[in-house]
Amino acid sequence: MMAAAAKAKIVLPPPSKAGDAAFRLLTCGMALMVFVLAALVGWELFQGSKLSLQRFGWSFLIHDWDPGNGNFGALPFICGTFVSSVLGLMIALPLSVATAIYLTELAPAWVRRPVVALVEMLAAIPSVILGLWGIYVLVPWLRDHPYPLLQKLIGWLPVFRGHIYGQCILSAAVIIAIMIVPIITSMAREVFRAVPDSQREAAFALGATRWEVTRLAVFKGSARGMFGAAMLGLGRALGETMAVTMVIGNSTDLSASLFAPGSTLASAIANQFSEAVDDTYRSALFELGLVLLLVTIVTNILAHLLIGAVSAPKDASRV
Amino acid sequence: MWVSFAAAVALAGAGRAGAQLLINGAGATFPYPIYSKWFDEYSKVDPSVRFNYQSIGSGGGQKQLLEGTIDFGASDGPMSDQNLAKAPGKILHVPTVAGADAVTYNLPGAPRLRLDGPSIADIFLGRLTKWNDPRLTALNPGVALPDADILVAHRADGSGTTYIFVDYLSSVSREWAQKVGRGTAVKWPAGLGAKGNEGVTGLIKQTPGAIGYVELVYAIQNQLPYASVENAAGNFIAPSVASVTAALAAAAIPDDFRFSMVNSPGPAAYPIAGATWLLVYQQQRDAEKGRKIVEFLKWVLQEGEHNAPQLEYAPLPPDLSKRVLAEIGGIRY
Repeated sequence: MMAAAAKAKIVLPPPSKAGDAAFRLLTCGMALMVFVLAALVGWELFQGSKLSLQRFGWSFLIHDWDPGNGNFGALPFICGTFVSSVLGLMIALPLSVATAIYLTELAPAWVRRPVVALVEMLAAIPSVILGLWGIYVLVPWLRDHPYPLLQKLIGWLPVFRGHIYGQCILSAAVIIAIMIVPIITSMAREVFRAVPDSQREAAFALGATRWEVTRLAVFKGSARGMFGAAMLGLGRALGETMAVTMVIGNSTDLSASLFAPGSTLASAIANQFSEAVDDTYRSALFELGLVLLLVTIVTNILAHLLIGAVSAPKDASRV
Repeated sequence: MWVSFAAAVALAGAGRAGAQLLINGAGATFPYPIYSKWFDEYSKVDPSVRFNYQSIGSGGGQKQLLEGTIDFGASDGPMSDQNLAKAPGKILHVPTVAGADAVTYNLPGAPRLRLDGPSIADIFLGRLTKWNDPRLTALNPGVALPDADILVAHRADGSGTTYIFVDYLSSVSREWAQKVGRGTAVKWPAGLGAKGNEGVTGLIKQTPGAIGYVELVYAIQNQLPYASVENAAGNFIAPSVASVTAALAAAAIPDDFRFSMVNSPGPAAYPIAGATWLLVYQQQRDAEKGRKIVEFLKWVLQEGEHNAPQLEYAPLPPDLSKRVLAEIGGIRY
């Protein structure tokens, strides 16, 4: 084609604005679809939860979940979702950042390539597989070794008291951490790689050690990006359903202990929707979905505000 | 949205089937193994009709039937008056088979235990917490029960199996009825939740001292021991096809076939059992489909029921079967 076109005398058509306009319209339409989709999801959830909204109002947020007596509230699920996700993020963040630093700053190429591939493969493991592994391998091991040790060492803390079932909020947090480590690591690696080499060289030239280079040249400029990576991980953690359902113990009792079973918004919806026969029940499950959507949106907004506060204006231009 | 997706899938299926008449149904998961066996067998009896059944849960089955997106529904519990009132026509309940919830546990030596209603209720209320509690040792003379904590395992997902179990507990314990109540999912006062019969089975197998309830077939297939439970007549009965059919035969069953069969009064009845239903409109919209559905239901009651015991489902006793056949005769198309 190219050759044929080159041989023939090339006559460019007069510049037309129609093509540009059409292209603009098309891409604009596609972009708008995202908004339409989000609005439809929100609207549908709102419609579905109307009955429950009317019946329980705001008290839905601070009440227990008791389908046997027809009373519904999201409190145990909100707590479970929040605690397991934040704890998971706390476990995953230092791991991911350390991995990313090693991979970008220190590792030789023959280590870096296979490890990067492995990390990306970890992200591709379906969550139900991780859940199965969690049930049969991770949870029994956690139950028999690290948990009793934790209780022995710092059992005076209320969060490490009580019977050790194995399936509990802490196990869910560990599974969540495993699932979000690859995401945060990949993102953080990109962020560190975006730091220009000239900055590192400048720091070296001033006589900085490896650690000082990492701290001054790499970390300082990438706070905003790392924050974004953490928030992406948190987003995944909040909505994670399958693997969490399989290891969290699915109890709606509230407990201060991390060794107690709990449940999350997403796991409650997944578990109970198929057999919810009466209208209020189904509506309350819809409202759980609405709450989850709002929690996710609020987290994202907070994250953006925080990024604004964390990063000085001079960093903003770089990332 | 998922309803229209299911409809789209069904339409695509109809296109492929060509001249075959496709009848769509959806609902309960508990009877899915026996239903799919029936549909398979029936395709040999009448090759001109094909059944497409999606086991999406009783809630979905009832909802889709009310919306008219399927030809028949299936549910592990009878429809409520409130839901029936929303239907555009009269919906008939056709009981097909019944099943038992086995109370199963993980104890050294896998002994055959004897349990009564109040002690099961107290275990699941979180009040009876030791295996060597005097109440349990009194029920089980000669069994060495360990000095170990009882760990309660229950379903995390909504389920007909749970409904049968808590329906039973509500009928034997006033406290359970008031505090927890009945439902496909409840606020469990104690224990851990796992997803599905297989999840609860796995949890019990992995956890020494655990106790839970599963469909009988899961306990049998996984070689888990299960308890004989004291029935309303005061006999300790093990769950089996025969003892569930005995419970069905002795249960009080009204003419609309919406009934609960827990704690059935028969002397040989196993008390923690429940039936499952197919749901059809009395006035069928499509004459051809209506005729085929009636033919199929009659075949189920006369022939298909023979397949039930090999899958650990209890068939209907003859008296009940006759009554149900008479009801099916009243379907118009």
